[in-house]
Amino acid sequence: MRLLAENLSAHRGEDLIFSNLSFSLAEGEALLLTGRNGSGKSTLLRVAAGLLRPASGSLRLWYDETRRAYNLAEAAHYLGHRNAMKMELTVRENLAFWQSFLGNTEGGRGVSVLEAAAAVELEQVLHLPFGYLSAGQQRRMAFAKLLVAYRPVWIVDEPTAALDISAEALLARLMREHQSQGGMILAATHQPLELLNVKRLEMKGFVYTNAEGHDL
Amino acid sequence: MIDLLLRDLKLSVRAGGGALIGVLFFMTVVAVIPFGVGPDLNLLSRIGPAIIWIGALLAALLGLDRLFQTDRDDGSLDLMLMQEQPLVLTVLIKCLSHWLANILPLVIASPLLGLFMNMNEVAIGAVMITLLVGSPALAFIGAVGAAVAVTLPRGGLLVSILVLPLTIPVLIFGVSASYAAVEDPAPFLPPFLILVAITMFFSVIGPLGAALALRNAGD
Amino acid sequence: MTESLAITKFSDLANPTRFLALAARLLPWMAGLCCLLFAIGLYLAFTTEGDYQQGDTVRIMYIHVPAAWLSMMCYSVMALSAIGTLVWRHPLADVSHKAAAPLGAAFTLIALITGSLWGKPMWGTWWVWDARLTSVFILFLMYLGIIALNRAMDDPSKAARVSAVLILIGFVNIPIIKFSVDWWNTLHQPASVIRMDGPTIDGEFLRPLLIMAIAYTLLFFTLHMMAMRNEIWRRRIATQRRMAARTASREV
Repeated sequence: MRLLAENLSAHRGEDLIFSNLSFSLAEGEALLLTGRNGSGKSTLLRVAAGLLRPASGSLRLWYDETRRAYNLAEAAHYLGHRNAMKMELTVRENLAFWQSFLGNTEGGRGVSVLEAAAAVELEQVLHLPFGYLSAGQQRRMAFAKLLVAYRPVWIVDEPTAALDISAEALLARLMREHQSQGGMILAATHQPLELLNVKRLEMKGFVYTNAEGHDL
Repeated sequence: MIDLLLRDLKLSVRAGGGALIGVLFFMTVVAVIPFGVGPDLNLLSRIGPAIIWIGALLAALLGLDRLFQTDRDDGSLDLMLMQEQPLVLTVLIKCLSHWLANILPLVIASPLLGLFMNMNEVAIGAVMITLLVGSPALAFIGAVGAAVAVTLPRGGLLVSILVLPLTIPVLIFGVSASYAAVEDPAPFLPPFLILVAITMFFSVIGPLGAALALRNAGD
Repeated sequence: MTESLAITKFSDLANPTRFLALAARLLPWMAGLCCLLFAIGLYLAFTTEGDYQQGDTVRIMYIHVPAAWLSMMCYSVMALSAIGTLVWRHPLADVSHKAAAPLGAAFTLIALITGSLWGKPMWGTWWVWDARLTSVFILFLMYLGIIALNRAMDDPSKAARVSAVLILIGFVNIPIIKFSVDWWNTLHQPASVIRMDGPTIDGEFLRPLLIMAIAYTLLFFTLHMMAMRNEIWRRRIATQRRMAARTASREV
């Protein structure tokens, strides 16, 4: 299984955020995007998740065994800035909904709701409405969503924002476990994130050539 | 998919009584009509079916612009857009659950308002049946507007303006069929069947359009 | 195909640039021809005999009928452009349907106003809920809605895509609305009202009408091209301004 990105370019409004970006990831590898605010990290991740149409290029997930290419979006989890959980429903209802709605892609199975909650060390709050949880607990629960349904690729945008150090270490450990089972990770982060087999991509942000041809 | 239906139903029950507000709005709109046209019972019974239909139409559109908004605000919409299963199907399910939770109560409340409007039993039954058959079309058309509203900073009112002209056929045939049931020479079935056809047509066009708009609304 | 879709900042202006050159060359000719046709059409319209029943008011027809015809053609042009936006993602298509909407609204308004002026002597009232008037009025509302939607969004390409969806949904709906309004009208039509499509039109009226129709169509395409040109310029200025803002912040 390989993730291939070729010649990606993306606009945001009228601005060209990045152009001709290519990278590839093998099983167990992670791509870590760094760069200052507004440099296009989130844009690249949204392009990877299929939520923004790239101006050029393609992203494919190539299965060596079956020699078939998949749309990356269908084989990926996306954890954005927002948690995609409903405040009015209990944590269990939220996770159970996503478990059945997302389903598993070929090659793996998600764990049960209880196991996922235990993995983020929050199994005792499953019966509470999601809105009652603290911001850090909500983020951890949103992360548990990645465990209940299997996807080979995780696309995570600032996964450890609003988390304390121990929780940060917990999520990093879960991501490493995912990698050790052959999963891939695309992550954007400000904080250092300890993953395995890391490739780094420094986003420079808005680039354009002006009329005289200077690269700014 | 059934999970999505159940989730949306649960949400609309738990989150702040949208259905109740819709029914209240419906009743208020119909209740102010006699103050405008006077309490003449004959007149009221004559215009009753039309008034109830218009009230239901407005009440049905009332909460519809929020159909995708909450899912967008908390990021759920992103995940729905990514899935392998067709987005059209997801939209269709969301429309159905919106109809069940917010529009079906209007249909159920309509006989009571029919009594207020001094309509006879046949007219009340006809209005209820035409509403039952025609109102899903309102949800499907409104879904397109709701999908467009997702991209707007302050969508609500504009969406109603965009959607209302498209609902005119539903209104025409709904009201025609209701009157045809009461007034003798006009046959009931042709307008009623056309109403059914319109609902089925929009059950395809509406989710298709809404899915297309949602796909293109990404920022 | 994927190669031509690979749009980067500057190559996607290439097509509009070619369009601008073409527009610069064509516009004077189109405008001139349009004026000529209008002169002939209006001359004929005012010199032909009046109708024995309607007198001089029949001359309103030469303004009214082509406007009504264009109000529908404009929507078809917009629907085609909307397909261009959604399927080929062509930037010119975005500009095209955005530029056409106010024109369509204007022609529809002309049709409504002249129709109303015509209706006063014929029906004795400014407005009747005649099937045609009603459908055209609904069309007018749809144009205004699309304009409002375009104005409500900042990002032009997103606005173009979303309003393209709405245009297409409206386009699918127009026959249904027309059909249902006709049905509704036959239910409520009072017998005394004179139908607008009365006797078949005499050749005497047909000639100026035809010339006026061609003149109107040409007028539409001239204005449409001008509006597209303006819109392209407007977008370029916006881009330049944004670039200026960026460079200013970099140089600090």
